[in-house]
Amino acid sequence: MDQAPLSPDKMTAALGPSRAEIDAILRGVLRDVLGLADTQVADFDTDSGLFGHLPELDSMAVAGLLTETEDRLGIIIDDDDVDGEMLETYGAFLAFAEAKVIGA
Amino acid sequence: MALVCDGGRDRRLLIIPALFDEANRMRRFCVQLMRELDRHGIDSILPDLPGTHDSLEPLTRQTLATWTDAVASTAAQFSTERVVAIRAGAALLGAHRGWTYAPISGATALRQLLRARLVASREAGLGEAMEALTDEAHRSGIVLAGYELGPLMFAALATHEWVPPDNVRTIHQHELGGAGLWLRAEPGEDEEQASALALLIAREWAE
Repeated sequence: MDQAPLSPDKMTAALGPSRAEIDAILRGVLRDVLGLADTQVADFDTDSGLFGHLPELDSMAVAGLLTETEDRLGIIIDDDDVDGEMLETYGAFLAFAEAKVIGA
Repeated sequence: MALVCDGGRDRRLLIIPALFDEANRMRRFCVQLMRELDRHGIDSILPDLPGTHDSLEPLTRQTLATWTDAVASTAAQFSTERVVAIRAGAALLGAHRGWTYAPISGATALRQLLRARLVASREAGLGEAMEALTDEAHRSGIVLAGYELGPLMFAALATHEWVPPDNVRTIHQHELGGAGLWLRAEPGEDEEQASALALLIAREWAE
């Protein structure tokens, strides 16, 4: 049976947030977890070190960061996927979140 | 033990703190809230739950039920009329009237703690798995974020769901502005948020 093509609105909903939106949401989570200003998180680039580089980002803070990311992106992060590497840099975190959004 | 701001006034509020790691991150906020409530003519009491802070009780023997009882007896002891429960502290509300601030279930609080344990364990190369951890916790308890939880507490948290009761009004974070301080990696403070929460409680109490 043929399916009617999705309207532009439905397509956006089906695709979830865009890359730029995911980036903005993750920066917002980091801002709130690290207690930074928007201008400071705007300076993060893909090589910026997170877990293991920022002293305040301990295991408890990482747990909070993941849960908040789930809530804001509407994704579920499997606990078995969680390790230090996915959060070692901002780029790794962004790539992980993007993959989750696409897979959701 | 409890932090007390007691001017013998008519309006007396019991603050049920956030639980576990979030209690630490919200402690400063609670004290700021007490100062702000004082300015609105409201007395407030912030108890140490049994097994935490200055309490001499062993934490391993506590469950959500013993904490709910402790909250009820603190309310009776200080004759508080209303409560505000913060985050997973909402699990200890009992029949009290008042407010919950950004409530979460015990299960959500537990999930956070377990996640932190997994992250730490992976970094240490221990490679613990979630299923094995929870099995062990149900059998003999578990240490999470430095809190030694007995099997009964673990089970109580794991099965606790948050259903807003009729006797409380839920206050959402957006009503205070900014981001919740429980998110902060390091304990933070925010006078504006504390002030907004105190104002909201004072205003609604007067209605």
